[in-house]
Amino acid sequence: MRLQRRTLIRSLLTAAAVLAVPRWLFAARPDAAFDADNSESVVKDLFDGPIVESDQITLKVPDIAENGAVVPVSVKTALTDVESISVLVENNPTPLVALFELSPQSVPDISVRMKMGESSVVRTVVKAGGKYYSTSKEVKVTIGGCGG
Amino acid sequence: MGKPIKIKAKIKGDVAEVKALMPHPMESGARVNADTGEKVPKHYIQEVVCKHNGTVVNTAFWGTGVSKDPYMAFKFKGAKSGDKLEISWRDNTGDTSVGETTFK
Amino acid sequence: MKRFLIACFLFVVMTNVYATPEQDRLALREFFTQRFPDLDLNEMINGLYAFDEGAREQWLEMEDFPPYEIAIEEGEEAFDTPFANGKAYADCFENGGIGIKQNYPRFDVDSGEIITLEWAINQCRTDNGEEPLPWRTGELAAISAYMAYTSRGNRMSVVIPDDPRALEAYESGKEYYYTRRGQLEFACENCHMQSAGNLLRADRLSGMLGQATHWPVYRSKWGETGTLHKRFMECNSQVRAKPYEAQSQIYRELEFFLSYMSNDMEMNGPASRR
Repeated sequence: MRLQRRTLIRSLLTAAAVLAVPRWLFAARPDAAFDADNSESVVKDLFDGPIVESDQITLKVPDIAENGAVVPVSVKTALTDVESISVLVENNPTPLVALFELSPQSVPDISVRMKMGESSVVRTVVKAGGKYYSTSKEVKVTIGGCGG
Repeated sequence: MGKPIKIKAKIKGDVAEVKALMPHPMESGARVNADTGEKVPKHYIQEVVCKHNGTVVNTAFWGTGVSKDPYMAFKFKGAKSGDKLEISWRDNTGDTSVGETTFK
Repeated sequence: MKRFLIACFLFVVMTNVYATPEQDRLALREFFTQRFPDLDLNEMINGLYAFDEGAREQWLEMEDFPPYEIAIEEGEEAFDTPFANGKAYADCFENGGIGIKQNYPRFDVDSGEIITLEWAINQCRTDNGEEPLPWRTGELAAISAYMAYTSRGNRMSVVIPDDPRALEAYESGKEYYYTRRGQLEFACENCHMQSAGNLLRADRLSGMLGQATHWPVYRSKWGETGTLHKRFMECNSQVRAKPYEAQSQIYRELEFFLSYMSNDMEMNGPASRR
């Protein structure tokens, strides 16, 4: 009986310790969001709160992509307590391109190179202080005349 | 074991700036092999973990929309000369790779 | 006006019929100076990025950590690995193969052939009992990328020796350049001289000057590093002409001509392009 109680207390303490650890240390890949074929599903799956347009986010993408296979994108923000930055390409077969889970040590400034299947709005959603902020830009992807 | 990750890391003021280049096919599963007519199976990096002196500073989750031979850049505070930076990835086949560097 | 027209006519005739390669080269530089009076001609080693601000910005972002670095690393490793017989690439090239790409292609007086760097790399392999590598991508392109990287900053220095066969090879490459081909009946010069800097659909066209300095290239389209002859084949296909084989005589002659035209320009390979 005493052994069982000790085990129980130990398990509860462990569980509490695990739950107390910030999300960024135990982040798990949100597979469903990455497999979703439309932005609405991605948003519903990932962002459990209203998303507000913000001018505190700098989203850098080209106006006309040189080649849809490699489109450089970078996101940085003046917002504080940034927990995550995600990048979506709305017209891609699976819009969620990347999700960066940051830590208190992070400076919210990330870059990545992504694929775009066609001209599309590129959107970034930043989670800061428990709230969601967003901005977007239109990127044109063209068929090259000679580069193809 | 996948191809090693190439890293460029420097400290500017009190901010560490890290750039990584990771050779990887990053097949989305949509591309058709011109010779066989078959779809090339998905083969892409799903998770990238970045550690500073053993502590995770960020984790990147990727979908099939990240380019071939992916590039990633990020920044964080609190790094000093001599500190270790380690980046590792895992792809959808379970393959992994790692790269590490020391801040000068 | 009439005198001007006659002068133009004579200029065209002289440069296309009676000119020496050196006169051709200077005439080409003059052509681009006239077309782009505000452009530093040296900038043309960066191809279309000399003409297109938006594309240039994306290229600069790629240059931050360019994908061709993968090829340079692989190329260096392959270059330093000895053959089965104990010899290595360094034994086949002057200066151990370091910083020499600006001298290629070269005319070989013994064989009468135009030797490109890729040709010399495979020659080195077969001379030492190794199988030749495929011409367009992979290990050969990587070795070429490494050798190009060690040659950065040097000036293109292709020599046409005083040998009628060498001049013939140059003229053959030049004739190829100015000949219309394919279903679309384009000559190289239509896009890369007359229309250099213009848009072909959404693609900005690079100019002929400086086109040979930055190879091999990681094309985003290829997702890997490839050689100049791969691009020749692709260009041919794009005007709906049947491509020749990589490292065929005509392509080597074309590369000889193109490289001479870029003489004295800075070697800046390998490069990244869309």
